[in-house]
Amino acid sequence: MSAEEKEASAFSLVATLGVAGFLAGLFIVGIYQITDPVIKANEAAELHEAVFKVVPGSSQLQALALDNGSVKPLAHGDEAEHVIFAAYDAAGTFKGYAVPAQGPGFQDVIRLIYGFDTSTGKTTGMQVLASKETPGLGDKIIKDQHFVGQFTSRTFDGGELLAAKSGEGTLPQHVDTITGATISSKAVIRIMNETQSLWKDAYPAPGAEPALAAPAEGE
Amino acid sequence: MTAQSDRERAVTELVKGIWRENPVFVALLGLCPAMAVTNSAINALAMGGATFFVLVGSSVLVSLLRSWIPKQVRITTFIVIIATFVTVADYSLHALAPAVYKELGAFIALIVVNCIILGRQEAFASRNSVGLSALDALGMSAGFTLALFMLGSIREVLGNGSFFGVPLFGAGFEPWVVMILPPGGFLTMGTLLMIFNWLSERRKRSAQLLLEGGAA
Repeated sequence: MSAEEKEASAFSLVATLGVAGFLAGLFIVGIYQITDPVIKANEAAELHEAVFKVVPGSSQLQALALDNGSVKPLAHGDEAEHVIFAAYDAAGTFKGYAVPAQGPGFQDVIRLIYGFDTSTGKTTGMQVLASKETPGLGDKIIKDQHFVGQFTSRTFDGGELLAAKSGEGTLPQHVDTITGATISSKAVIRIMNETQSLWKDAYPAPGAEPALAAPAEGE
Repeated sequence: MTAQSDRERAVTELVKGIWRENPVFVALLGLCPAMAVTNSAINALAMGGATFFVLVGSSVLVSLLRSWIPKQVRITTFIVIIATFVTVADYSLHALAPAVYKELGAFIALIVVNCIILGRQEAFASRNSVGLSALDALGMSAGFTLALFMLGSIREVLGNGSFFGVPLFGAGFEPWVVMILPPGGFLTMGTLLMIFNWLSERRKRSAQLLLEGGAA
């Protein structure tokens, strides 16, 4: 017991914490180095999957950034504030755009991605990427097949999508909201409208889409 | 100490955390994760697994280093050790199980402040051998995981009508949604605590009766 009772010197206190901090730092850097590539790859795979889902028939993509009211291909590794994805089929033929969007939902930010075909002016699909909507109510925006399914053919005619009571939508821009999840479904519509208004003048004319750039070296 | 009593001690340290000193149901520690992430069985198991890794890792390390850590800075050092294990668990889960990580998110990082972990370092690992500390940590995290799993299973079955995501009832079942919302955590926890206290109370009474009967 006497060894434990004796006062440790200030130096040994500092040394203990210093060594502990240093070793902890080494460990954390090590595990970061190992897991970071896997985490990034998972996120990229998830995004690719979502893009290919909302743009039917696509299997390749390229990121486009908003630049002075028009779009230009984003070099691999570059970042931009506003990005959409041009999706192409295996032969490199343009199939449509996948547009990531986000905005406030009922509880927290809803992140989603929707497909848009400029030649028909129609949406081609919508998938919620992340949301914290109420389980059993608001989270129907992910699970409700009718709600999600109708985004395969809605138009932004007249500027925006309109919310309709379930089953009462008559126009091509009408989106049926989900009973019991009205706020969350209206949030999805609002998020899509806001994002669409940002991009609507920037989309290249149909037929003038940027060609798929050759994959970068080493990919 | 004989070999026999050593073995008995080891078994005691291992088993006590599972039932007699269960961190959640008896000590009422770690209730934040016990309520927050137990809206499904799989989330509860993932949280239990991460806590298991952190608790066993830090208990072994703290016990190994216990004679080198000056007691004035022991809590700080324990926290540094725990935080390192938590970071490792956080990154690993993010890389290996992105879907589960999405659900648990911030609560993995919050294992750092789970009082069960710091509590075991201070009360046990810093005073006992590596072997016993490891057994103690194994038992405690098993007890914690068991408690979370019970909460998670009950809440998922009642609130979502499924178990590990597999639907249990037909379309006629209307899920009791409140059970997977925060209030459901309190309702389930309270009910379980009531049952456990009633059981242990009853056992105590019957033991007492037996004792009195023997004396008479």
